[in-house]
Amino acid sequence: MANLMTGAEMIFKVLEDQDVKHIFGYPGGAVLPIYDELKNHKKIKHILVRHEQGAGHAAEGYARSTGKAGVLLVTSGPGATNAVTALTDAYMDSVPLVCITGQVPTHLIGTDAFQECDTTGITRPCTKHNWLVKDVNKLSSILHKAFEVALTGRPGPVLVDIPKDIQFKKGKYTKPNKAKKNNIKLNISFNERDNSIEKVVELIKKSSKPVFYTGGGVINSGPEATELLRELVSITGFPITSTLQGLGAFPGDNNQFLGMLGMHGTYEANNAMHDCDLMINIGARFDDRITGKIDEFSPKSKKIHIDIDPSSINKNVNVDLAIVGDVKSVLKKLILSLKEKYPNFIDSNKQEISSWWNQIEVWRKKNSLGFSNSNELIKPQYAVQRLYELTKAQDAFITTEVGQHQMWAAQHYKFNKPNRWMTSGGLGTMGYGLPAAIGVQVAHPDKLVIDIAGEASVLMTMQEMSTAVQYKLPIKIFILNNQYMGMVRQWQELLHEKNYSESYTAALPDFVKLAEAYGCVGIRANKLEELDLKITEMLSVNRPVIFDCVVDKTENCYPMIPSGKAHNQMLLGEQDKKEDISEEGKILV
Amino acid sequence: MIKSAYSFSNKKEKIENHVIVVWVDNEAGALARVIGLFSGRGYNIDSLAVAEVDKKKNISRITIATSGTFQVLQQIKLQLGKLIPVHKVADFPKNKKTLLREMALLKVVSSKVKLEKARKLCKKHKHTILDKTEKSLVFEVSALKKEIDELVKKLQPLGLASTSRTGVVAMTKGFEIYKQK
Repeated sequence: MANLMTGAEMIFKVLEDQDVKHIFGYPGGAVLPIYDELKNHKKIKHILVRHEQGAGHAAEGYARSTGKAGVLLVTSGPGATNAVTALTDAYMDSVPLVCITGQVPTHLIGTDAFQECDTTGITRPCTKHNWLVKDVNKLSSILHKAFEVALTGRPGPVLVDIPKDIQFKKGKYTKPNKAKKNNIKLNISFNERDNSIEKVVELIKKSSKPVFYTGGGVINSGPEATELLRELVSITGFPITSTLQGLGAFPGDNNQFLGMLGMHGTYEANNAMHDCDLMINIGARFDDRITGKIDEFSPKSKKIHIDIDPSSINKNVNVDLAIVGDVKSVLKKLILSLKEKYPNFIDSNKQEISSWWNQIEVWRKKNSLGFSNSNELIKPQYAVQRLYELTKAQDAFITTEVGQHQMWAAQHYKFNKPNRWMTSGGLGTMGYGLPAAIGVQVAHPDKLVIDIAGEASVLMTMQEMSTAVQYKLPIKIFILNNQYMGMVRQWQELLHEKNYSESYTAALPDFVKLAEAYGCVGIRANKLEELDLKITEMLSVNRPVIFDCVVDKTENCYPMIPSGKAHNQMLLGEQDKKEDISEEGKILV
Repeated sequence: MIKSAYSFSNKKEKIENHVIVVWVDNEAGALARVIGLFSGRGYNIDSLAVAEVDKKKNISRITIATSGTFQVLQQIKLQLGKLIPVHKVADFPKNKKTLLREMALLKVVSSKVKLEKARKLCKKHKHTILDKTEKSLVFEVSALKKEIDELVKKLQPLGLASTSRTGVVAMTKGFEIYKQK
């Protein structure tokens, strides 16, 4: 029979047909036939990482900054288990990944063969779906299906486990359009027949204290959704707040934007959420870092929830009106309907919401992101602010690790475009930012890519600097170095009587020397007055840089809703904290 | 004293019992996905029955008796619906419109007198005797869970030696069916 190809050839044919340009991976015994085939496919560039977790996060960064699926290729056993953290991270944050793993040959499965593990079993709960391919004739259709599952509906990671003998075997290739598209749940289109859009319009009209609460779903819905959101906010004149993952969908410097909400969100955003009479949730999932104490969450509001994932509706918070659908298509209809019913809505409604805006301005005056700057030490917030000021003209891409620095980055770095902000929200994976920055830089070779990092997090995947150097990826690792696992230390201060158990790193490496050892550039800023100069120096280098920004060790991240408290019970700073440490408060935090 | 990064709710909500039926592709791992969803998200499985029901379309029917609050039961259905091999999820209400059955095989090993008593007891309920020896009897019982529970209780003093039970299966009354997509 003509047109037979090996499993390994098929994999690349699928990647080419799916328009994949880059894959992140690490070779090993069970994927050698695939790596052998790599030389015949010049259109696909392989990025060799230093650890499979790095491949996963790099693919995440790639996916989140482009909207395309990120692809990783790893070997069986440890290769697969090392990728599990990244897969789980992508699952929590709805990032489309296609993970191809090698497996021991079919006849050895179940014999505890060398580098064997039950990959599909291990990754079942952390992927949207996974497949173990036992027939080479099904390989290509499964791979096409994998891309479809990863990218449609609520995006997420998928995994295809391919035994080594299948990679060698010859079989028939199935083209992508022939791969079955019979699964309705992959193509959720919202039901336009019911009158839910009209109901939303009426709720908007009736509201005197409205707020938009938007999330990563807007960004996942694509650039058009972002444009539509901006239009909707502009034609309603309503205030808008965003989750960590939604930052960038709406311009951070626009006056209608209240800043991020949630545990470390602004005072005005959280109070608006608590006191509003209409909450319009667009592509967010009422995560526990957002809601605070669920029993006291926004008690007086009607809640509308627009989400592509039906299981997000009423999961944590019961809503009054749910629309299951893609943000883009729902907003398009909503805007049309609103304009039709109430032309010139914003002017006719101005009076209606003016006292609400006055209240918001009162909250804003608290300046909850304020901090007392030092004239000797570099305050971490100040460092982020300076970084923002010195890079805002450049359309920079920002990734982060997890912890205090992540929250300061979210608070003080303003985003004006979607897909510019890559951070691990759901899983909270320390070590995410550096490899994610690599993925972003691979996708956008000419852009400025900065990982705002903490010294503890970044050490978890530091080995990937070697990858950055190998591929000449000029990523900037901006470490806010306070020698502590800052967020752990902060919680220990608040809850555990300052028993800083194991949260101090006593033997940190010299990051400048470390940078030099990797063959990249190391820069250190110790003093306040040299900060701007050093940042400028970092930006002028067209090579990977590790920037060791030595900051105040004891700074805490405020404002803060201690867990177990409601949105209107925020701590604004050290002063509040002292007043608030009642016995009852400690229990609830 | 609770010291936690999470909030705790004091609300107590009513627990409901439901029978949920899931039609899935009969493929490797499909059952594991369904079961894993329950264990992973902390849902209850009170009983489980699964078998292929359509050889042509390669479809298995999984019947799960579960319990939870209204919100949890909604989540169970929606989360099941997201699984790729799942075609359809149906919630069978435990009311007059639903037929529920469970099957059990019961072995009694005992003296002649007690075996006779056991036989009479089962006769009354029209249970089938599948096997008998001088020392033992094996009954087949098809009934509601509650009825089997009662029978088991009564058979215990009569020398019930081994019990094998299926999970509950369900069917709607009348001509209506849950259509498979």
